[in-house]
Amino acid sequence: MSDIMLKTENLGITFGGLKAAQDVNIEIKKKQLYGLIGPNGAGKTTIFNLLTGVYKPTSGKFYLDGEDLTGKKQEAINRRGIARTFQNIRLFNNMTVVRNVMVGLHNNPEFKCNPFVSAFRLPRHFKVEKAMRERAKELLRIFDLEDERNSLACNLPYGKQRKLEIARALATNPKLLLLDEPAAGMNPQETEELMDTIRFINKEFDLTILLIEHDMKLVGGICEELTVLNFGKVLSEGETKVVLNDPEVIKAYIGD
Amino acid sequence: MITLIDGLSLGSIYALIALGYTMVYGIAKMLNFAHGDIIMVGAYAIMVTLAATVSPIAAIIAAIVICTILGILVEKLAYKPLRGASPLAVLITAIGVSYFLQGLAQLVFGSQPKPVGSAWKLPAIKAINDIGITTSAAVTLICGIIIMVALTLFIKYTKTGSAMLAVSEDRGAAILMGVNVNKIISITFAIGSALAAFAGMFYLFQIPNTEPTLGAMPGITAFTAAVIGGIGSIPGAMVGGVLLGVIEKFCLASPLAPYTVAIKFSLLIVILLVKPTGLLGKVVREKV
Repeated sequence: MSDIMLKTENLGITFGGLKAAQDVNIEIKKKQLYGLIGPNGAGKTTIFNLLTGVYKPTSGKFYLDGEDLTGKKQEAINRRGIARTFQNIRLFNNMTVVRNVMVGLHNNPEFKCNPFVSAFRLPRHFKVEKAMRERAKELLRIFDLEDERNSLACNLPYGKQRKLEIARALATNPKLLLLDEPAAGMNPQETEELMDTIRFINKEFDLTILLIEHDMKLVGGICEELTVLNFGKVLSEGETKVVLNDPEVIKAYIGD
Repeated sequence: MITLIDGLSLGSIYALIALGYTMVYGIAKMLNFAHGDIIMVGAYAIMVTLAATVSPIAAIIAAIVICTILGILVEKLAYKPLRGASPLAVLITAIGVSYFLQGLAQLVFGSQPKPVGSAWKLPAIKAINDIGITTSAAVTLICGIIIMVALTLFIKYTKTGSAMLAVSEDRGAAILMGVNVNKIISITFAIGSALAAFAGMFYLFQIPNTEPTLGAMPGITAFTAAVIGGIGSIPGAMVGGVLLGVIEKFCLASPLAPYTVAIKFSLLIVILLVKPTGLLGKVVREKV
């Protein structure tokens, strides 16, 4: 077994004439906390959309834990172990917090229960529902959301909505978690807490995490390695400290 | 009082049909105009099974099974290939399916109304018949309430129900959480069509004749009910259906009887003028 969780090979996509991503090669080791940064429009979210099957790549391939997932359907990719959060929060707003997480638990084989059993409310239905709710509560506890489990997702304050998205993604039991700007819009204290939580789930669930972030403090604080994108291409990659001091990177961010 | 009971009973038929429209709209984001014709197929299924077995129970089971399968088939064959196509193409297809089913029924059973058969009769219940409430009204009302409560529980407290709500709210995010949208859409069509079978059954208790266009009027009324209640909203469909049923029966019992249909549909216009999203519809905020 290799120790590489995600490997992309010359991954790229073009929209019309626009090369949104081009020859992107990323290699993430198992249990690594990896960062993906770059100026606005560099193609970071595009990469996430490619890795989750929202877009089909026009060139290249990507492998999760050695398995080629290129061109697979979105839900199939999720089942193989890639889960994500969104840059602009996309919770199921009119559902309760705990139900949001339970949707994430939907495919877990532990909670198999066919719709007929549920419709006729057979004993198995109640057993499964209860087990799912318990598991969801455990996940919510990690994110300090247990007390709010019965409020509607849309009534949560912004920072907690971000956390709930991570909890929901985690519920799908991923090998690789993609976090799209998890700290966007958070105040410094919330960001600090979030860093601790991300570190915690990284260790606790043996999870590989790839995160997009603008907050350099967060990236510098938790990512061991990172890749910098600019205009859809890899500008620099490697150890965080080294990359952040790369003159090319500084130029891309700040200009000449 | 009796008019009210009759109205509530007719209203629960409309509500059952409206639920089919509203669930399919909420989850597949399409208007399934063939939904009314599923009721018609259910009615013929009852008639044929009854002729063969003389057992109303067998007839009811046959209707539910046939309608459920038909609903899933229609979705798989007609709508699924158009997933992602423009809403107009899907709408036209739905109208096509509607005419196809009506035409097929005409071909097989002829265009004349046919009696469903003498075995299709509810027993007289003296206590309520004496005060003027028909057995069919009572049975329809009670069964209607039970079905609607069961559906609400299913949607709210089961994992399939949660997945349905999730898909209706944000399909993209639901897929990325591993929800199999095709399966959820199939289940939605199955449930909607089973409800239509129930509606067909209750309808036959009131008017024991089947004809190829039987589903058209209840279908369009129930669609109106779904829009009045706020399309996509499950409680909305129930409220809209019951409201239209009660209004229809009260109109028929008053001197305004000849204008019943006009009044029913004008209500839609009035409500949409006052509250464009329907009574319980969500206000959709445009993103800037």
